This record gives sequence, C-alpha cells and structure tokens, in this order.
Amino acid sequence: MAQTPNQRYRVAPLRPRKKSWPFPMNIYQTAVGRKWVMALTGMGLIGFVLIHMIGNLHVYEGPARMHEYAETLRTLGGGLMPRGLVLWLMRLGLLGMFGLHLHSAITLKNMSGNSSEEATLIGGAKKYAGGRQHLAANYASRTMRWTGPIIALYLFYHLADLTWGWWLGDKFVSGDPYHNVTQSLSSLPVAILYIVANIALALHIFHGAWSMFQSLGINSPRYNHLRRGLAATLAGLILIGNLSFPLLTQTGLISEDNRECPINETTGLACLVEQAEGH
Amino acid sequence: MSNNAEIINVTIKVWRQDGPTSEGRFETHQQAISTHASFLEMLDLLNESLNDQGHEPIAFESDCREGICGTCGVMINGRAHGPQKATATCQLHMREFSDGDEIVIEPFRASGFPVIRDLAVDRSPLDRIIESGGYITVNTGAASDANLTPVPKEASDQAFDAAACIGCGACVAACPNSAGQLFTAAKIGHLNLLPQGQAERWKRTENMVETMEEFFGSCTNHGECSEACPKEISLDFIAFMNRDYLKAKVKNRALTGQK
Repeated sequence: MAQTPNQRYRVAPLRPRKKSWPFPMNIYQTAVGRKWVMALTGMGLIGFVLIHMIGNLHVYEGPARMHEYAETLRTLGGGLMPRGLVLWLMRLGLLGMFGLHLHSAITLKNMSGNSSEEATLIGGAKKYAGGRQHLAANYASRTMRWTGPIIALYLFYHLADLTWGWWLGDKFVSGDPYHNVTQSLSSLPVAILYIVANIALALHIFHGAWSMFQSLGINSPRYNHLRRGLAATLAGLILIGNLSFPLLTQTGLISEDNRECPINETTGLACLVEQAEGH
Repeated sequence: MSNNAEIINVTIKVWRQDGPTSEGRFETHQQAISTHASFLEMLDLLNESLNDQGHEPIAFESDCREGICGTCGVMINGRAHGPQKATATCQLHMREFSDGDEIVIEPFRASGFPVIRDLAVDRSPLDRIIESGGYITVNTGAASDANLTPVPKEASDQAFDAAACIGCGACVAACPNSAGQLFTAAKIGHLNLLPQGQAERWKRTENMVETMEEFFGSCTNHGECSEACPKEISLDFIAFMNRDYLKAKVKNRALTGQK
C-alpha cells in the first residue's frame, strides 16, 4: 500500500498516550506498571490468606483458644498501642491492597477487551469465529476474570457472615468466633458456598502466584522451574486448610457438643478467658 | 515422513471479507492436494481454480516462503500458523493434514490488526513499536573494525534468540488479550542485552512499551504467544522487559541523556 504523508499511520492508536502524571504515579498509568501493582498487592493478599488460614487452625483447639487468638489480634502491639489499633492498621492496608488489585484488574481487563473486536464480556478474551485451541493457557489462567469477582463477592459475604454477623442475627456472639463459625458452617448451603468460593480462590492463586514472577520480572534459569511448584503448593495448602473448616463442621468434628462455657457476650467470654488461662 | 506423495481431499472453510469495514463471512471450498505441497501452495491452487471460475481469489500475504520474513500468517484450525510447532504458515505442509479434514482459516485478529481483505491484516502497529525505539544510534562514517566491541558469549546467544523474532504477529493473534508483549519484549531484549544497545536502553524500553500499549492489550501471562511463535521466543524476555520497564522509570535518565 502506498504511503502518502497523511496516511502515514494507517492504523490509529486505540488509546493515544496521555499526559504523564508525576513520578511514581506515572508507573500506574501503564499496563506493565499496573501489572507490577497487581503482582505486589497479590503477593500481599496471598500472604494474608495464608496467615488467615493458619491462624484459623486454632479452631481445632476449641472455643477458648480460638477466643484467645481473636483477642491476641485485637491487642497486637501489647501495652504500647491502643486496643485494636494495629489490627485496624492492618485492615486498612489490606483494604488498600484489595482496592488496587481490583482497580488494576478491572481496568486492564477493559484494556484487553478493547484490543479485540470480538471479546467476551466478562473475561475480555478474544474470540475467533472459527474457534480456537489453547496450547499453554490452563483452566486457572483462563478463569482469572471469573474467579476474581467470585472471590470479591465471597469476601463480602464472609465479612457480613463472621465479622458483622448480618445473616446469623441473634445467634451471632461478637468475640466468640468458635461459636459463630460452627453456627454458620453447620448450615449445608453455607458450607457449599464456602467450598465453592475457596476452590475459586485456590484456582486464582494457582495462576496468580506463578504469574507474579513474570509481571515483576523475577526470572532466572536457576529457579524458574520452581515457580510452578511454588504456586501449586501455595494454592494447595490454602485450599486444604480452608476447605477443612466447612467440611469438618459438616462431619461434626468442629461442634459445640463439648462446650463448657455459656454462649453470650458477658459471662460466656469471661468463662472462655478463664479456660484459656489454664493452658 | 514418507517420500510418496499422496493426494488428499480437504474442505477449506476460509474467512472472506471484502474490505476493512465490510461484514466478513466463511466460505467453503473443496481442494484436492498433494501432501508434498505447502499450505500456501494449496491456497495458490485454490485461488487458480477460483480465478478460472470467475470468482475473486482469496487475499493472503506471503513473501519469502522460507519462514524468515514474517509476512505470512493466518489462524489455521484455531492455531496461529497452524498445527505444527515452531513453524510459520509458509513452512507448513499438507502432510500435517489427513484426507477428509476440514481446515478453518481465519485472519490474525486484534483491533490493532485491522483486516485489509480476506486473510490479509494490517500489522503496521508493529512498525510503530519499532520506530519508537527498536534501533541503536551510531555515528556513520568510516566503518569501525569488526569485533571492536566485545560481546559476552551468553549475551550474544540470548540476544540472538530474541533477534530470531520475524515480527509475524502470531503472538498478538494467539493472545486472548491481543497483547503485543512477546514481539515487543523480543525486540527490546535483543538490543538491551547487547553493549551497543546500552546507551538508549532506558529510553527505548519506556517508549516501546508505551507505544505497544497504545495498540495492544494487557498481558496476563497465559503463555499462548510463546507456544504460537514460529521462532519459539521465550516468555523470559517478557519478564526481562517488565523488569527493565520499571528500572527505566526510576533511572536517573537525565544523567545518561535519555530524558
């Protein structure tokens, strides 16, 4: 095709470059920079999910130790910090990471969707009229934009369930997580919801924990072969730990049959504190 | 591979589109072809018979037909450059197919690759990326001595692997996000690994990445690009580019004259 001066750019840019923001915000203006943010916040969120899962294993030690763990989180920083301050700071950090992770994911998905004339609505993946074969993309990587929203919705449900006590109503006892968990997860539909959501979470981490090495450019032939294994191990550990709670509540291993303390926010919690001191 | 050519009958379901803005459609043709023929020779024969019948031949691109120019490239049965790994469309032979097969042929798709006609797409956005930094600047004049600049063997090997990119655009076509990462990373990697590329390294990385993002989508590390690549460019170059991009952003580039 002959080029005339006004035809020099036969294909116009889909999204012309915008005026640069001041450093370091300009990093977030580009997709590669946004992937850095997504990888770093993802790393932080995986760390949270892992620690959250490990901490929740206290449920196997009974209501008193579970209460003690919850109290410890509120009194982090000991006498130096006001009660709950460190916990709230961590919550704000998590909220910030979650917000950035979500914002970068949604905007990058839109960018990808706009880069193909035929793209699926939710996943933003390109379609070929004659169909296509996937050679390298696995189920986890192709469903990132489905598992992501599922996890976000589940997170809201989970907070409303066990932090705010919306669905449990009168049965919710603030400060007695063992009681709340058994109350919530002993219902079969709720247990199924937790299981489905945690499978989505594990799939998300399976691709995410591998993908972040690429996004951050952490790449060396010395340990590249370990990346898949690390992602699979992380996803597997988190999956097994998190699935154990609904499954074992359903089978009756986590239950309140042997509970000695009354269930309420006054004498009940005092009794739990007394029990925990005994160990 | 047998030395005896066989004649196979294949059904060709090919994308026809009269122009960039026209509605496209699939057209079905029958073609008897020797298994020794290349894929493009099969299309040539099909075009001859279409021509004889007074129909418009199928527009497709090809140039060297020896797998090094990057001009050819179509989606064959949902795979960029067809079923054979590390093979450009022109190097694909009909022995990869069997008698009675249906072969679906579609153009490389991406908003950055508008269809010109039938299977031919405009890949000039790749040229825009090269223009924005895929070069080195040297004083011309008397040619310097060969081997004047020492290049470590490893750097030279890696740079050569990246330089194998023929710019066919299969990576963009295979990418579910229509991202141009593998092409851009190969071109950046090729120059950033060599001593000659160091002077403009950070400016190049920043400019090429940001030009790429004007036209293409965002990488989600599926790895489809590398699988589709006729030159098997590694995903490692994308990681290298991602790292260099952030370094470029934080470098004191005023000091290296790369403002």
